[in-house]
Amino acid sequence: MSVEPATVKRIASLARIAITDEDAQRLAPELDNIMGWIEQLSEVDTTGVEPMTAVIPNTLRLRDDVVTEGGIRDLLMKNAPEAEHGFFTVPKVIE
Amino acid sequence: MVDLTDLGVAAIRDGVREGDFTARSVAEAFVAKVAKAKLLNAFIVETPDHALAAADAADAARAAGEVPKPLAGVPIGMKDLFCTKGTATTAASRILEGFVPPYESAVSERLFNAGAGMLGKLNMDQFAMGSSNETSAFGNVISPWRRKGADGIGSNAALAPGGSSGGSSAAVSARLCPGATGTDTGGSIRQPAAFTGISGIKPTYGRCSRWGTIAFASSLDQAGPMARDVRDLAIMLEAMAGFDARDATSLQLDVPGWEAGLSGDLKGKRVGIPKEYRVDDMPEEIDALWQQGIAWLRDAGAEIVEVSLPHTRYALPAYYIIAPAEASSNLARYDGVRYGLRDLPAGAGLQDMYAATRADGFGAEVKRRILIGTYVLSAGFYDAYFTQAAKIRTLIARDFEQAWARCDVLLAPTAPSAAFALGKKSADPLAMYLNDVFTVPSSLAGLPAMSVPGGVDKDGLPLGLQIIGKPLDEQGVLNAGLAIEQRAGFVAQPEAWW
Amino acid sequence: MVSEGTMTDSYRIHGETGEWEVVVGLEVHAQVTSNAKLFSGASATFGAEPNTQVSLVDAAMPGMLPVPNGECIRQAVRTGMAIDAEINRWSRFDRKNYFYADLPQGYQISQLYHPLVGEGAIEIEDGNVTKVIGVERIHVEQDAGKLMHDQHPTRSYVDLNRSGVALMEIVSRPDMASPAQAGAYLRKLRAILRYVGSCDGNMEEGSMRADVNVSVRKPGAELGTRTETKNVNSVRFVMATVEHEARRQVGVIEGGGTIVQETRLFDPDKGVTRSMRSKEDAHDYRYFPDPDLLPLELDDAFLEACRASLPELPDAKRKRYEKAGVTRYNADVLTAEVETARWFDALVETGAPAGPASNWVTSELFGALNRVGKTIADSPVAPAQAAELLALVADGTLSGSLAKQVFEVMLETGDAPAKIVEDRGLKQTSDTGAIEAVIAEVIAKNSGQLAQYRGGKEALFGFFVGQTMKATGGKANPAVVNQLLKAALQG
Ligand SMILES: [Mg+2]
Ligand SMILES: [Zn+2]
Repeated sequence: MSVEPATVKRIASLARIAITDEDAQRLAPELDNIMGWIEQLSEVDTTGVEPMTAVIPNTLRLRDDVVTEGGIRDLLMKNAPEAEHGFFTVPKVIE
Repeated sequence: MVDLTDLGVAAIRDGVREGDFTARSVAEAFVAKVAKAKLLNAFIVETPDHALAAADAADAARAAGEVPKPLAGVPIGMKDLFCTKGTATTAASRILEGFVPPYESAVSERLFNAGAGMLGKLNMDQFAMGSSNETSAFGNVISPWRRKGADGIGSNAALAPGGSSGGSSAAVSARLCPGATGTDTGGSIRQPAAFTGISGIKPTYGRCSRWGTIAFASSLDQAGPMARDVRDLAIMLEAMAGFDARDATSLQLDVPGWEAGLSGDLKGKRVGIPKEYRVDDMPEEIDALWQQGIAWLRDAGAEIVEVSLPHTRYALPAYYIIAPAEASSNLARYDGVRYGLRDLPAGAGLQDMYAATRADGFGAEVKRRILIGTYVLSAGFYDAYFTQAAKIRTLIARDFEQAWARCDVLLAPTAPSAAFALGKKSADPLAMYLNDVFTVPSSLAGLPAMSVPGGVDKDGLPLGLQIIGKPLDEQGVLNAGLAIEQRAGFVAQPEAWW
Repeated sequence: MVSEGTMTDSYRIHGETGEWEVVVGLEVHAQVTSNAKLFSGASATFGAEPNTQVSLVDAAMPGMLPVPNGECIRQAVRTGMAIDAEINRWSRFDRKNYFYADLPQGYQISQLYHPLVGEGAIEIEDGNVTKVIGVERIHVEQDAGKLMHDQHPTRSYVDLNRSGVALMEIVSRPDMASPAQAGAYLRKLRAILRYVGSCDGNMEEGSMRADVNVSVRKPGAELGTRTETKNVNSVRFVMATVEHEARRQVGVIEGGGTIVQETRLFDPDKGVTRSMRSKEDAHDYRYFPDPDLLPLELDDAFLEACRASLPELPDAKRKRYEKAGVTRYNADVLTAEVETARWFDALVETGAPAGPASNWVTSELFGALNRVGKTIADSPVAPAQAAELLALVADGTLSGSLAKQVFEVMLETGDAPAKIVEDRGLKQTSDTGAIEAVIAEVIAKNSGQLAQYRGGKEALFGFFVGQTMKATGGKANPAVVNQLLKAALQG
């Protein structure tokens, strides 16, 4: 079948969700079942059909170039698990 | 003396205006009811002060002779997907634990500006992902409804209130609030409404601003009201809808006077019956209700025509590509940096912190959908899955467009079954997904659609009928719903056991 | 004029196994000049206190939605028009998904599948040959925030001020064949952006930075595997990156290794590039159309207004200058920076003849600005004053050397040239009687030299000119002096 535990681990890593080997073993057949069901879409002939881009016909409005926001640092940090000296902080990143 | 919690939105609004009772007394009655209904687990946060303050404001305004606001004196429940300024908002997920928005969602702001008060934040499926309200981090919502056996004796089995707006449906049907907000991505207003014997409408995509509503799948998410009858929906939707420049997909249109436009007279209207909705294993009672609905609408003056929506069967699998794909990206922001949960194992780096936080904070169904979404967008799969689904979405929308040449609204069942027992489908995701088979096609096409109660099944559980309308024709949908409501005479309500 | 191959593309790396060609493509990120960010109303200016120019949208708070800034779209369209590119009336924003601390949404809103601007081209000069470098596309996207790693022993600090600032990503074809061409392309692109006004081109502040794609191959062979060196922030560093990376690649291949497609960083201190491991994992970006945004559709009126607002661009200006009598060299110099060109245009508009004016600007004015450490934008002498000075030369009032003296005074005092001439009596004289009297004196004082001259040492003519000019305080018209001297010396 197509969705192997290794695939689940790769996808979970892309999605930044830590999973154990047992999780991957358990999820693989489950996702495989769902993907197998989704597979029926391939039987639809969509030649010449444009993918939908707007649910309801509507065009993108553009904003005026005006500064209307900002200066709310304390408000932004209020919910932060960790913040210091006006910065959000994260474990040190080595680039 | 009348039990004020038996009153709906319109009755409360009118009674407060007329001075039949004070807004304060209404708010107090509902606050007390909410406080006593813990067993239903419908609320994540109770906000009695908010409801009482709004009520006092309504009473004061009336005393001062001011023009009453449209929802003055009406206390409502707010789905926890709407960010509410100063009130914890979690989308029923641990990952947003402790998050108190410093801003008010467009929809809740409009409702509050219209005079409504808030009784609390309603429980829901986590990030609106679910059809039974079993994915909340704060526990299942229990439907107030219970099965009656053939002998008329009730069962104690806890039933699902539907999802994802299960807290909303349970609260309204248990008379904990006269109306509530819901959101509908693939049926999350209509299916829980059907399961609990109330009404709910999802307007045309773009009618209600998405600004400040926690996103599940952006191209599908729409807010809408859930209440006891069609008039109440019209009143609430008028307050919730309207253009918002902060949402690029918001429709720049005036809000029609839907309440004023209500009429159950369908003379000259054509009602389409989509033949593809007659699925193989549909329970007989659902089919019988559908036939009954057809008869009611004919009786209301409508002409009944059969129509075909040939791509219906592909809607659900297409939805299960598009919605998880969008969700996988929308939920990337929950990373433990700016708000909510942070899980930082000893010695972990940034990427490990993300993975640990998200593993801890998201529930199983949310993770499942993020994984599906990540998978279908990943290298090599995008065209086969996402692009194909987006093309099928075009075909589904085209099916509806062609149907509109032959009819004004469509009539179909809301859900393929009545409410099921909690736990019955939670082990089989696919079986759970199939709940949305009748609601998803109109979601993919962005159409207005509602559920109205039509009757009860042999166990005494409510069943809903669904009306789907043309883009922007909420009025047509409401009116067809009203025609059914007038003929169904649905009065069943759950007996209080909580 | 387009020239292929031989002359411009003669750059080679001389390896152990023979000669190698270098193939270079640049992806330039240019910050769009705008007040507010691409999708929020927070300010896009540089240098504010950390996290003070951040909106709820930029911080990716739950339920926040992007709404595009029309000015950013307009500037990108104008830029596309300036390089004769196809403008796509229908474009769309996509999400590029990856996790990093400078990216609050967990995705960057960009344009992969349907960019705003399609194929265009930029002409560069390499030596005295012109080469056309293809531009594949320009798309609009958001910038990320900034991380600081040196503030805390175990934490990196996140500043989101830049998060959401509008960028144009300008992607070239792999049409450059040497460090010099890469440098010329970047300079030319920068000039165009500054002419158009769509980017300030300030590379120190990060308004412009280049991802440098380099590969090597044996002459005429298939393209080799390329590496991408990220965020190189000066013309000099781009050239150094190309040079170093090409040599490194030749070394690897000739040593029996293979080049891996990877992301690298340029280290300006060591002048080398190194592999950037931290980005290795991020290759699967899962692009898909941003469902929060509708397709962007541009109408005729919008495009017309963009086109009408375009200024004269460097190439057109250069050609016009050349037609007006400016040398190719001067024309290149004058058009390289938009401020210089504007200054020169203002000068010529007053009626100053373009040829002499261009000489004066490139020698006298530039020399003076250099000395006082100023740029043309804050030149102490305005174009109108310079025009006046040049007019005094043209009508014979001032000689070249008097003009230099007057200019020095102008720089010091800011006075008008005519006033300086008047006040200081610096007017050139063509009065033959007065000059003849001076010449008579000079000849009388230098009888020895006169004899030598008359004996055939004609080189002494210059000596007599110098003495005469000196005796007139430099005010004598040199042409008149020449003419009268010749007659007088012949006796
Ligand atoms: Mg790049
Ligand atoms: Zn870029």
